[in-house]
Amino acid sequence: MGVKLLLDKANVPGIRSYEVYRREGGYRSVEKALKEMNPESIVEEVKKSGLRGRGGAGFPTGMKWSFIAKPEGVPRHLVCNADESEPGTFKDRYLMEFLPHLLIEGLIVSSFALGSNDTYIYIRGEYAWIPDILEEAINEAKANGWLGKNILGTGFDCNIHVQRGAGAYICGEETALIESLEGKRGNPRIKPPFPAIQGLWQRPTVVNNVETLAAIVPIINLGGDEYAKIGVGRSTGTKLISACGNINKPGVYEIDMTISVEEFIYSDEYCGGIKGGKKLKACIPGGSSVPILPANLLLKTAKGETRYMNYESLSDGGFATGSMLGSGGFIVLDEDQCIVKNTLTLARFYRHESCGQCSPCREGTGWMEKILNKIEHGKGTIADIDLLWDIQRKIEGNTICPLGDAAAWPVAAAIRHFRDEFEWHINNPVLSQTSNFGLQHYADPIHVPA
Amino acid sequence: MTYTFNETQMAEFNRLVARYPEGKQKSALLPALHLAQESFDGWLPTELMDYIAGLLKIEPIEVYEVASFYSMYNLKPVGKFIFEVCQTGPCMISGSDDIIAYIQQKLDIKPGETTKDGIFTLKLVECLGACGYAPMMQVGKIYKEHLTKEKVDSIIAEYRATVTK
Repeated sequence: MGVKLLLDKANVPGIRSYEVYRREGGYRSVEKALKEMNPESIVEEVKKSGLRGRGGAGFPTGMKWSFIAKPEGVPRHLVCNADESEPGTFKDRYLMEFLPHLLIEGLIVSSFALGSNDTYIYIRGEYAWIPDILEEAINEAKANGWLGKNILGTGFDCNIHVQRGAGAYICGEETALIESLEGKRGNPRIKPPFPAIQGLWQRPTVVNNVETLAAIVPIINLGGDEYAKIGVGRSTGTKLISACGNINKPGVYEIDMTISVEEFIYSDEYCGGIKGGKKLKACIPGGSSVPILPANLLLKTAKGETRYMNYESLSDGGFATGSMLGSGGFIVLDEDQCIVKNTLTLARFYRHESCGQCSPCREGTGWMEKILNKIEHGKGTIADIDLLWDIQRKIEGNTICPLGDAAAWPVAAAIRHFRDEFEWHINNPVLSQTSNFGLQHYADPIHVPA
Repeated sequence: MTYTFNETQMAEFNRLVARYPEGKQKSALLPALHLAQESFDGWLPTELMDYIAGLLKIEPIEVYEVASFYSMYNLKPVGKFIFEVCQTGPCMISGSDDIIAYIQQKLDIKPGETTKDGIFTLKLVECLGACGYAPMMQVGKIYKEHLTKEKVDSIIAEYRATVTK
């Protein structure tokens, strides 16, 4: 059993309620932070912890906090990004649904550190039953003196508000989220200015993911140095992984980032192996945007070394032979899955979710979907593969926000690693409509040059 | 048709607006549109959007552009219950195609259509964050997960029963 810092109490009966959560040691970090520490020392502890943003980008949280501007007389805001929408990702939902007080506790400490008196949780609109759970937790916290005016007699005031989105993946991008919170379309803003300088209502704002803010609780309780001892290298602490696809035990797992990908997939403690005893063909290890890897490159790096479930190891080899930990949305595909079809559904997703602001993304995502649709239905040509490659290359890096990259990468990686499957589809227009390319050589051991 | 919130709805509307600083009431637009859609017929006719614009003291166009951007707002009449079935990658590899085909056959409608009796609308949607419990669909505020054909049958029967009672 690995170390658990977030989900260690998840199975305690009644942990969703304030009484049980408090009895189990909840809200200690608020006492410690507000009474024994000051905002600067909290930021220092978070820096020491090495915590990296758990939403997908992996940016160091302490550093992000230290950027917040503090102009005299201008309110600052902390915004919790609960717009979890990356396909394959459902970890924040789990935290909010089953451990709402852990998030509220993390939010209070973080609000104190950043000087936010009004903190907002922006939650995706489809999670329609969760705002009630969060609001109940907020009311309980308020009734027990952890929120509201003059918390613990320290003079610090804080309120937390929950706002539902209304169905837009793009609002997970922090500036689009801010626009949405201002009652507008979720069109990402051009940076700079960064939200830390001009964010919500032009005020200094920090936007952090749910899991990131929950992790503040163990960081304060343990101290940054102790937290940083868990994990490996620059992958400190624990990470929630939401595992799905063709596995025996889909669900949300907390890992300490020292276990191998192979152990995560095959161990009964985690995914429990491939469903139906089938073989592993491919995996998207960090949410739909990150590069898909064939089984052989997933389990071992191109150098033939064991691949581990952490930021560095999953990205070993760059995009040529590696991927990313991303949001922790771990999508497993078995030998019967069709890479062309899978890529098509992701291309359709990004076309649907493009905000339409930048031409490369607005036009490119739809164009890629059309071509993939042709190939999937046996009407593609070999030149279409090269065209797809060309389009994705021209979207990447040419848009205001990272949605363009997120749309380009899955297509690029599918062609990079599974080009022969695309060619097979094109060369077998009739057969490909009734059968799949299958596993082929994708699980074969990698040849490592001496 | 003109629309007016009743007392309870108005109290909820005021609670939403109170979350934001003075003069920033436009921030309440998304939640206000949810409230409007749920309070009336499950969709947003122009007159209803104009009503919300008036309440928030913003231009109607500011409401239209938001309502047309987000996928959860319905700009056309819908059935009493909307089956929003996820079709993105993780659901697809877990068998959502079969579920979608089965619902179409069972309700005799295509995606985007409503049954003649006005009870069900079928909508295909993109990832709802339930990938580990696929295939799945959303019905109102509820997620229906681990869908099978048998489960679809019982869900349809369950909702139909609430109407015919």
